[in-house]
Amino acid sequence: MEIRLNGESRFIEAPHLTVAGLLEMEQVMSPEMVAVQIDGEIVHRCAYHDTVVGDSNQVDLLYFMAGG
Amino acid sequence: MLNLTDEQMDRYSRHLILKEIGPEGQVKLLQSRVLVVGTGGLGSPVSLYLAAAGIGTIGLVDADAVDISNLQRQIVHTTADINRPKVESAEAKLKAINPEVKVEPWLLYLDASNVDEIIRQYDFVVDGTDNFATKFLINDACVLADIPFSHGGILRFDGQTMTVLPKKSACYRCCFHEPPPAKSVPSCSQAGVLGAVAGMLGTIQAAEAIKFITGAGTLLTDVLLTFDAKTMNFRRVNLRRRTDCPVCGDTPTILKVRDFERESCGIQTNGSD
Repeated sequence: MEIRLNGESRFIEAPHLTVAGLLEMEQVMSPEMVAVQIDGEIVHRCAYHDTVVGDSNQVDLLYFMAGG
Repeated sequence: MLNLTDEQMDRYSRHLILKEIGPEGQVKLLQSRVLVVGTGGLGSPVSLYLAAAGIGTIGLVDADAVDISNLQRQIVHTTADINRPKVESAEAKLKAINPEVKVEPWLLYLDASNVDEIIRQYDFVVDGTDNFATKFLINDACVLADIPFSHGGILRFDGQTMTVLPKKSACYRCCFHEPPPAKSVPSCSQAGVLGAVAGMLGTIQAAEAIKFITGAGTLLTDVLLTFDAKTMNFRRVNLRRRTDCPVCGDTPTILKVRDFERESCGIQTNGSD
């Protein structure tokens, strides 16, 4: 399937990809440090294992940044 | 309406010829009150540009003193200011740039007991803090008091910012919901930050404050602007206000501010590292 990840096209060979799986695939070391938005809707942190990423979804990984 | 003096006509001449600002906009700036929380990496460029722009009153919040490790990015402070309270050091520089600006130094950290009383004295708030506890505190307090504000965050080569018009546009919580677990937060002192990134993001925040006061242009509302200085890619991620947001949603569960455990971006400080 093809998704847009952070604005860029990505082809992914995975029949059943969850948000948790995507974060693992993207080697996000600290999933708790990223907010995930799919097609404009923020996914609750507790639903990463239950939320499936589908074809043509726009997925944005928004990192927490505390520095100032 | 206030009339500009000859000196002001000269000082602000580059604003006055902008059709989006002009004399009316400059008078609004001169009559405005902006609070800058944190006088560090972000607060430095923010407060310098706001002073230069002729913001009438600038509030500065910080309980820290200048440390030599700050000077790589906190350009409002100099080597001679080491150990001096940051708000005092910054006040001197802002007055030097523009003596007609009034500076209100707040030598303290914002917390649930003082935030509401302080922010209500200002038209706009700029978040230049270095920890999630204060970022969420500012968001909640500004939403509850209906004070517009600019969120800013930096780490390594990255920056992010959004402008929030409470109950009208997405707030910080609509996007980030709640502070991450304290143990997982990478600190600037551990992860590092490019000094110039603070300047890039802080100047965007200063521009947003000026745009809000004057009504020029369109604000960074309902969008998270992020950039990566390694590639210089800038990206706008559209956001929308969540009806289930705990603070600005239809049935809010946060009805007054409360303190979170303050997990600083710096090791020993918790101000504006």
